[in-house]
Amino acid sequence: MTQINSKIPQGPLAQKWSNYKASQKLVNPANKRRLDIIVVGTGLAGASAAASLGELGFNVLNFCIQDSPRRAHSIAAQGGINAAKNYPNDGDSVFRLFYDTIKGGDYRAREANVYRLAEVSNSIIDQCVAQGVPFAREYGGLLDNRSFGGAQVSRTFYAKGQTGQQLLLGAYSALSRQISKGSVKLHTRYEMMDVVVIDGKARGIIARNLRTGRLERFFGHAVVIATGGYGNTFFLSTNAMGSNGSAAMQCFRKGAYFANPCYAQIHPTCIPVHGEFQSKLTLMSESLRNDGRIWVPKKKEDAEAIRAGKMKPTQIPEDERDYYLERRYPAFGNLVPRDVASRAAKERCDAGYGVGATGLAVYLDFSEVINRLGRDVVEARYGNLFQMYYKIVDEDPYETPMMIYPAIHYTMGGIWVDYECMTSIEGLFAIGEANFSDHGANRLGASALMQGLADGYFVLPYTIQNYLADEIRTPRMSTELTEFAETEGAVQARIQKIMAIKGNRSVDSIHKQLGLIMWDFVGMSRTKESLQKALDAIIQVKHEFWTNVFIPGESEDLNVELEKALRVSDFIEIGELMARDALHREESCGGHFRLEYQTGDGEALRDDEKFSYVACWKYEGDGKEPSLLKEPLIYESVHMQQRNYK
Amino acid sequence: MEKTIHITLKIWRQKGPQAKGAFETYQLNNISTDSSFLEMLDILNEKLISEKKETIVFDHDCREGICGMCSLYINGHPHGPDEDVTTCQLHMRKFKDGETIIVEPWRSRGFPVIKDLMVDRGAFDKIIQAGGFISVTTGGVPDANAIPISKEKADEAMDAASCIGCGACVAACKNGSAMLFVAAKVSQLALLPQGKIEASRRAKAMVAKMDELGFGNCTNTGACESECPKNVSISHIARLNREFLKAKLKD
Ligand SMILES: Cc1cc2nc3c(=O)[nH]c(=O)nc-3n(C[C@H](O)[C@H](O)[C@H](O)COP(=O)(O)OP(=O)(O)OC[C@H]3O[C@@H](n4cnc5c(N)ncnc54)[C@H](O)[C@@H]3O)c2cc1C
Ligand code: SF4
Ligand code: FES
Repeated sequence: MTQINSKIPQGPLAQKWSNYKASQKLVNPANKRRLDIIVVGTGLAGASAAASLGELGFNVLNFCIQDSPRRAHSIAAQGGINAAKNYPNDGDSVFRLFYDTIKGGDYRAREANVYRLAEVSNSIIDQCVAQGVPFAREYGGLLDNRSFGGAQVSRTFYAKGQTGQQLLLGAYSALSRQISKGSVKLHTRYEMMDVVVIDGKARGIIARNLRTGRLERFFGHAVVIATGGYGNTFFLSTNAMGSNGSAAMQCFRKGAYFANPCYAQIHPTCIPVHGEFQSKLTLMSESLRNDGRIWVPKKKEDAEAIRAGKMKPTQIPEDERDYYLERRYPAFGNLVPRDVASRAAKERCDAGYGVGATGLAVYLDFSEVINRLGRDVVEARYGNLFQMYYKIVDEDPYETPMMIYPAIHYTMGGIWVDYECMTSIEGLFAIGEANFSDHGANRLGASALMQGLADGYFVLPYTIQNYLADEIRTPRMSTELTEFAETEGAVQARIQKIMAIKGNRSVDSIHKQLGLIMWDFVGMSRTKESLQKALDAIIQVKHEFWTNVFIPGESEDLNVELEKALRVSDFIEIGELMARDALHREESCGGHFRLEYQTGDGEALRDDEKFSYVACWKYEGDGKEPSLLKEPLIYESVHMQQRNYK
Repeated sequence: MEKTIHITLKIWRQKGPQAKGAFETYQLNNISTDSSFLEMLDILNEKLISEKKETIVFDHDCREGICGMCSLYINGHPHGPDEDVTTCQLHMRKFKDGETIIVEPWRSRGFPVIKDLMVDRGAFDKIIQAGGFISVTTGGVPDANAIPISKEKADEAMDAASCIGCGACVAACKNGSAMLFVAAKVSQLALLPQGKIEASRRAKAMVAKMDELGFGNCTNTGACESECPKNVSISHIARLNREFLKAKLKD
């Protein structure tokens, strides 16, 4: 059987990264210029990596599907970014950030990676400030912090409700500087279609020029995937419309393992679904749980009256409200981790206490903080979120509580990588949300931005050199090589196959069908039966897609429907992989909740004996079941226990 | 209760950058006023697909007003008739039953049409590449709290930095000037001690690039500010002018 080698360095946890850096191979400046690196993606991970590799002197080719790198989905992150600075002197440390992240991930992440993440977190904040990121400050001129779920310290740095935007613009500015110097060559409106593997090593990509529809070939001594997460498998999610899992699937089909696909995060505070025409869900940042209190009516009659439009939430007196998170989890209250908060909301709604027209909503109430601190303070903290809510729902959250409901938000699973962020294909790396490595079965708030920038600024620029040091004698290869031609041919065939179907269904309608299956059967609570149902239903969706989709226009032209179709064809495969992984994991952990496996009071019940491993799925061919490899998770520094936020 | 309206759309269709475009008229019935403008266009595109016709091409991604990808000139306003929102945040409740809605791409020399309602805003990237950054490399920077910055300055920098690069300011300007966009970046960085060092050099380089790329001159009409979805203030243009002057004096 294939052995999984995660290449975790020797030595005590706190010294692993230093030991690694002390003994890794480096590439000298003259050789860097001769090495080409392809970076796919310009989000926090991709932009920071491309910029840093360019600064080091490598010749970088950077790709994104949007018209500008600044528009990558990272731009939408609202709440903040974690770091172990301990500026508030409230007891934070690298170890505590590490520990919270491991615990938050329900003991399903790799210790060494998470420790390194916590270790470099402080440098990220320094770097961003130097770039001109306007983080929130105190009157004394020093940086301000707020709290996020799953932590008892304030370690989250933020820029209003636009932290992702500001961090991405910082990375984008560093990237722009390298583009102007010529070390990075940027390709916007290009979509990666496949990775080219030559003699077992990643050597380039096939990309589709989205303006012309033509396929083009690009060579690289190494290829870095930074294409984000696959949450849009669910159709409705908080992800941007173009977010996709296709690059990950392309790598998977070429032999890269896909790890823990079933670990998807359902975010508790999103604006509820309100109509069939809906195209996406909007997140209301977790930071709101610092000051907002979540509740539903105590009495079912009240909930019913609200649903029928006969009663307003403001008419319900204080002692008739059930602040269920504060009731169930007094120690963390409204700041329990996301998976816990989401399930608690679902539990109340399923029990008949939900509000809103559909009954699938709970309240997030700011009246207490507005009374205590005044409207101005609340506006300064969350003004843009309140405005966003108002424009969508047409209700003023300063006057009446917000309505929220869980929605799919983030995917912890992703391309398997070792300690060096290298996938199981040599020379193919994956960073940011696209990889699986740091968040286990549940990601804590404000940790994705941290991971993306950690990978791009401070991890990959080291680890990729350890690989490239042995490639300095490899000359640039011609893209006329058969491997390039064959890969392009296969992509072309796939495109022509889709164009030729000429059926009767739009891509979106099939995507919606998939999304409903995912939400109902592979969503917040899963069972053996629901997952089997999902697998059967997905096969039908797949058949429907490949026999009945309709794409107007030409393939060699700007063709948005074709772009969507190619992505949806991959979402279908990912959906299947998620269901398969969820079915095999007969335990509950973090965001993966199997109804059969819960404690007496409804918490996730892990089975560490059997499932303390990373599930790595290996492609075995079209239509064949993938095989499962296991990377055992060994904890040396923390003691695994039942998560407790009470 | 859900309310619905009937609307007529006159939408600009253009096959490619070189093709001649024209308006086409579409009728849509029973559109929920709770749907967003782009969701309304999705519904129209669904209809076109069911008629086996090519869909209308428009840019969008985040659909929550932050990526700056959506555009559209709606009834004579960039991002439509609502205040302080991008097109993706515009909702159909802002339109009347029976209304005719005219939808055009951004029209400006700096932003050529690619197809239908999609335009090329690559010029904005080029302006940033000309100097819209602080010249620091990764690593080797001081501790984040080493240089205190007054809250006032930080907040003002943040307001400038909230520009999403959508280009509405250019589309709104009769001269097709990109001054508000350029000023937002120059001002953000000039306000911070980290960025102050290169402030006038940056202003000069970015303005030169803007001119080179075919954007017009600023004549202070203020149209940009009133159409900017993020409320970026024209006071930043004054700061840009100051930095620009300083650079000129140094020459
Ligand atoms: C609404 C929202 C709010 C969030 N808030 C927070 C928060 O407050 N704190 C936090 O820590 N995290 C937050 N997150 C999570 C976080 O934003 C993401 O996990 C993170 O930004 C992902 O960054 P990335 O660089 O990995 O990918 P992305 O930013 O998604 O970038 C992907 C890039 O890949 C490109 N790409 C994709 N496919 C292809 C292809 N086939 N070919 C070429 N290019 C391609 C895209 O163009 C893009 O440039 C939030 C997420 C959402 C949805
Ligand atoms: S200044 Fe305003 S209108 Fe102009 S690009 Fe920025 S956000 Fe858009
Ligand atoms: S789609 Fe992102 S701002 Fe409108």
